[in-house]
Amino acid sequence: MSFRSETLLWVAQRASAAVLGVCVAVHLATMIYAVRGGLSAAEILSRTQGSVAWLSFYTVFVLAVVVHAPIGLRALLGEWLGWRGRSRDLALLAFAALLAWAGMRAVFGVFR
Amino acid sequence: MSATLEVRVWRGAAEGRFEAYQVPRHESQTVLDVVTHIQRAIDPTLAYRFACRVGMCGSCAMTVNGAARWTCRTHVDKVAEGGELEIAPLRNLPVVRDLVTDMREFFDKWARAQGRFRGRATRKDPFAQVSPQSEARQQANAGIECIGCGVCYASCDVVAANPDYLGPAALNRAWTLAQDERDAAGIERLRAVAGEAGCHACHTHLSCTERCPKRISPTAGIAGLKRAVAKAALQGRL
Repeated sequence: MSFRSETLLWVAQRASAAVLGVCVAVHLATMIYAVRGGLSAAEILSRTQGSVAWLSFYTVFVLAVVVHAPIGLRALLGEWLGWRGRSRDLALLAFAALLAWAGMRAVFGVFR
Repeated sequence: MSATLEVRVWRGAAEGRFEAYQVPRHESQTVLDVVTHIQRAIDPTLAYRFACRVGMCGSCAMTVNGAARWTCRTHVDKVAEGGELEIAPLRNLPVVRDLVTDMREFFDKWARAQGRFRGRATRKDPFAQVSPQSEARQQANAGIECIGCGVCYASCDVVAANPDYLGPAALNRAWTLAQDERDAAGIERLRAVAGEAGCHACHTHLSCTERCPKRISPTAGIAGLKRAVAKAALQGRL
């Protein structure tokens, strides 16, 4: 991978970390509010189903994870297992696709 | 203060063992004094490296009770808990023998990081005037006192995990040169410090900053390089 691509991966990870910082805070605050308020699963679903706002928020959350996690894992695989090169990047692309699929499936699960 | 120190010293190369010695304890004794006593009075075959004895040359760094230090500037009182010392060669470098490491890779990485000043002026040009107050000059000042002792390199867990990583000292050097307005290497040096073995591999553990005997913060210089390289990449100049 070229120096430029490597550097852009670092930028992408920093940028996605900033997005995740906000998303995690909002997510945790919402969860605590929902649990402490004693909302049932049905009541929570009634708020998320059809809500474009929650759909947008959690879509951004999932996409930030899809960008952030594989880049961090890339450094770990290199440093801990010595796994570098094209095979590592292809495996991580597959991992990113898995995260996107699983994450968006959950997002649409509470939207529909 | 007990009359003797129990000292365990690494003997051998990559394969070896700690050997125990008893060394008389003195006032204001340094760890280098201890090693020197062992070589001169107990076992003349002990190999170690030193030169100035006063914290100027950077050649006597060793691992003392688990941490890399200049032995000449480390008082026994400060580190010998319970009157015990364990002295080993610097980490992350091949051991030549006993307490002597092979520093070639360490300095080769300075060269790889383009740690050499490259001027653009000729002897016919007037002297460059660099304002001591300029931000770049102050950034360079903060890192320029490095004497290449290898303490930061031995303390860096990223070097341990990724042997290609250029390491704190080489990157600090590259950063001070990148802040030198007379230097002409520019984007070429940023390319040399980019990539998986370069500045972005730093995890900001801060061990180098914690241990540097000159109180330099290579971490701060590396953060500067990260920003400079990222900016160049985003502008398509890398």
